[in-house]
Amino acid sequence: MAASNETMLKKPHVGKKRKPPTRYWEGTEKDGKNDGKKQKEGDNNEQTPQQNKTRTKEGGKRGGAGGKRGGAGGKRGGKLGKRAGGKRGGAGEKVISGKSDPFPGSALVPEEKLKKFKRGVKGELPPRPQYNLRDVVIRSEAASDLAQKQNARYDLMLPEDAGFLEGDKDEDTCTISQDDIADAVDITAGAKYFSLTLSQFGPYRLDYSKTGRHLLLGGRRGHVTCLDWQSKQLMCEMNVMETVNDVKWLHSEALFAVAQKKWLYIYDNKGIELHCIRKFNDVLRMQFLPYHFLLATASATGFLQYLDVSVGKEVVAICTKAGRLDVMAHNPHNGIIHLGHSNGTVTLWTPNQREPLVKMLCHQGGVRSVAVDKTGTYMVTSGMDKKLKVYDIRSYRPLQSYFLPAGASCLSLSQRGLLSAATGDIVQVYRDVWSTPVTKPYMAHRAKGSVWGVHFCPFEDVLGVGHGEGFTSMVVPGAGEPNFDGLDANPYRSAKQRQEWEVKALLEKIQPELIGLDPSQLSQVDHSTWEQRHEDRVQVLGFDPLAKEKFTPRLKTKGRSSSGKVEKRKKQVAHEDQRDVIRQTVEDRMKIDKERKEREKKEAAAAGQKSALDRFRK
Amino acid sequence: MKVKVLSRNPDDYVRETKLDIQRVPRNYDPSLHPFEVPREYTRALNATKLERVFAKPFLASLDGHRDGVNCMAKHPKSLSTMLSGSCDGELKVWNLTKRECVRTLQAHEGFVRGMVVSFCGTSFFTVGDDKTIKQWKMETPGYGEEEEPLNTILGKSVFTSIDHHQKEGVFVTCGQQVDIWDEQRSNPIRSFSWGVDSFNCVRFNPVEVIMNMRSNTLCWNPMEAYNFTCSNEDYNLYTFDMRYLDKPVTVHMDHVSAVLDVDYSPTGKEFVSASFDKTIRIFPKDSGHSREVYHTKRMQHVISIKWSSDNKYILSASDEMNIRLWKANAAEKLGLLAPREKSAVNYSQKLKEKFQHHPQIRRISRHRHLPKSIYSQSKELRVMKEARRRKERNVRKHSKPGSMPVVTEKEKHVVTVVK
Repeated sequence: MAASNETMLKKPHVGKKRKPPTRYWEGTEKDGKNDGKKQKEGDNNEQTPQQNKTRTKEGGKRGGAGGKRGGAGGKRGGKLGKRAGGKRGGAGEKVISGKSDPFPGSALVPEEKLKKFKRGVKGELPPRPQYNLRDVVIRSEAASDLAQKQNARYDLMLPEDAGFLEGDKDEDTCTISQDDIADAVDITAGAKYFSLTLSQFGPYRLDYSKTGRHLLLGGRRGHVTCLDWQSKQLMCEMNVMETVNDVKWLHSEALFAVAQKKWLYIYDNKGIELHCIRKFNDVLRMQFLPYHFLLATASATGFLQYLDVSVGKEVVAICTKAGRLDVMAHNPHNGIIHLGHSNGTVTLWTPNQREPLVKMLCHQGGVRSVAVDKTGTYMVTSGMDKKLKVYDIRSYRPLQSYFLPAGASCLSLSQRGLLSAATGDIVQVYRDVWSTPVTKPYMAHRAKGSVWGVHFCPFEDVLGVGHGEGFTSMVVPGAGEPNFDGLDANPYRSAKQRQEWEVKALLEKIQPELIGLDPSQLSQVDHSTWEQRHEDRVQVLGFDPLAKEKFTPRLKTKGRSSSGKVEKRKKQVAHEDQRDVIRQTVEDRMKIDKERKEREKKEAAAAGQKSALDRFRK
Repeated sequence: MKVKVLSRNPDDYVRETKLDIQRVPRNYDPSLHPFEVPREYTRALNATKLERVFAKPFLASLDGHRDGVNCMAKHPKSLSTMLSGSCDGELKVWNLTKRECVRTLQAHEGFVRGMVVSFCGTSFFTVGDDKTIKQWKMETPGYGEEEEPLNTILGKSVFTSIDHHQKEGVFVTCGQQVDIWDEQRSNPIRSFSWGVDSFNCVRFNPVEVIMNMRSNTLCWNPMEAYNFTCSNEDYNLYTFDMRYLDKPVTVHMDHVSAVLDVDYSPTGKEFVSASFDKTIRIFPKDSGHSREVYHTKRMQHVISIKWSSDNKYILSASDEMNIRLWKANAAEKLGLLAPREKSAVNYSQKLKEKFQHHPQIRRISRHRHLPKSIYSQSKELRVMKEARRRKERNVRKHSKPGSMPVVTEKEKHVVTVVK
């Protein structure tokens, strides 16, 4: 980095583009063509005699840059060619200064950025007779295209870049210690690597608030504390004098829930007990759905319960009939709860259905931990069979399977898709577990005690590890989303902004009935209902307004309307609407048959010699 | 080793001084905004509920007439001026911003049947039961001057309605016959008469002049020159295309009594109707049912209705001597809006539009409170209609196929077209 800085200093970019003043001894020619030629010469061979060496050098550089730029412009011109030419009428494209615009037309937006902001697929336009609808569709599609483009443009301008860690030649990134990283980065980032020695009441579970500013720790033996972990400011600390199974922040940093030995408790950030919820007993794990204001709890008695924290009512209690529930995760994309069971299955639940939506057999032996990624595409599970598996939960298909010698006890996925897996007292972080088979961890760190909970901090390159001897905050470059959205989760929000956000969030609380596998289903046309309505309409009207008229053969003379002829004519138009479909299915079936026969023939050929029993075959 | 760790400078994200506004960095990445559709749906639902909460359309009541108000006229140039004529021949000019009467004059003996302000806005014409057309000056007469009409034309029969040309000094009246007058002359330029007994209403088309059907009143669509809507005694309104008069384009049903007056909004997208059932309804021009109904306990049979030229207000004149001022859009906030307010309104409008067909949202947005009598009458009408339809269906079922053709609602109401 330092070296590159020095090279930068040698050739300062300031004033690079400025044209040197022409001197009287240089002659009168000053057209760009000649200049360019000279520069080319200067570029190609240095030994050409020149009057002014410094000038040529500079000119050469300039020419090179210009050439590159011209090339890019040319490319773009080629792509845009027609549009730009048509719009500006090729009138020289002069700006006030007299120079022509090297980048005609509006700037292009990179394809992958556009893809990022794509929503849904474009359907076909309605036919021309429905001109009103057609007009509406065209206009709304144009608007969404514009929005997509503007979003993509805005995305280019985001201020922060994601972190990264690259080893030198022959250096594994997993061998780099946390101390080295903390030394190499700036002080504020280095200060994010720290440990809290809390050996008395551990092991610890932890949770970061939605903005990533606040940390909540719950020791197994009753120690509960919450703090602003960046400024290390303690908000409250207490001992609840009971076993603590799990801790969870609610929607803001003002409230948190603690699953204690018997009941579920809710405290505020001063540590004052606000509620003891006696409907929720023996809770082992909790998940909070921030947009629904639902706290989902899984208990030792096999109950999955939902608490609406905005009104303080139990939404539903589902008996899963699957024994002790101590593995739980929630899908941030659609709000579905994933439970892992001791028989190796993972089940998916919504508050609207008493049976699981999906039951997946993921492991031989019990499931130890489950994690779901931010986009709701991948699920990572680890089991007692010491395997780590990655599933695509849109199609419920396994993608990758890894074998970890010690097995992973806790899993956590970061916003940018890093996976942390705790094996005993070692925390390993993996990168790209779903796309490519991974052989080595990205980072590794040994905690002081056996790990009890891992959690990535949102919007920070930090992994929190709760273990038997306290808490460790690890620096994991590239874990957190670099650019947060100020209206959704703003780590730097003021008290006023938080209050406003809270009111807005409460106003647009999503009702639990809307939780389903596909959250965008609400914007799709409900075809079955349309059919139902059509049926109703037919019943009300007494006739089907959309029905086709029945074919009645015209009366023909000279014996051409004999009943046989009429039947023949009727047959000509019978099932006309279904004919294409029938033809297609017949073709398909024939194709499949043919393929099957060929395959069989091939197999027979591959099987080689005939067996003695083949002669009895027909 | 090359490493970069996220390290934000808080100065980039918090405001410098308390005098600044808060910084709100945005990131529109869809994966940072999950549940896009359910959240939008919730917002739309909230917006719909709030719209119903804020729906307070009644603005003011202008009282002062001593008999039922029979007709009203808009001023073509001034938004705040409005004229009203009552059943005792009295005419009042109103200032709507101050909500007060600025001038009163005794125009006719008997009813003021119709009035219209000339296109330049300097004078207005009235017709009354005393068989006269009178032209008046718009300005209030000075101190000591007498209230006198500029011109008075004595007709042979009672005029029932009057309308003025939009750009020329020509006006048209109707009664026993339809007469077209020049402002400068005391005899009609032309007279038309058909085989019909009398004409109730006549209106100038911005493009050309054409006559009405046997209905109460009619109003031309100001944007689509060939379309007009007429209010009818059979509780319905009919929108016709002047080129195809054999069948109305749309039948607008919802009133439970005779419709007495109709007026288009200046955008031509909606119209408002006044009815004998003591309600006002607003219809989109191509919808068969109303989107809005206004009523108050004190408002009696509504005789005349006008949509103001700025598309924001509706004026209704009713039997019990009052003129009422309504908002055309019941939940609209009046007055200047701050830019953020405006964008919020636009956003929620768009959301409501997007989710308008969802059952819960539709139920809330359609819900209106109706007076008990109207509610029960409309229910009764619905039952009657359903019975009629059922009977027709049964007859069709048991008769020879094709002998009972299906007659649509549109075709039912036109008896014949007279050439």
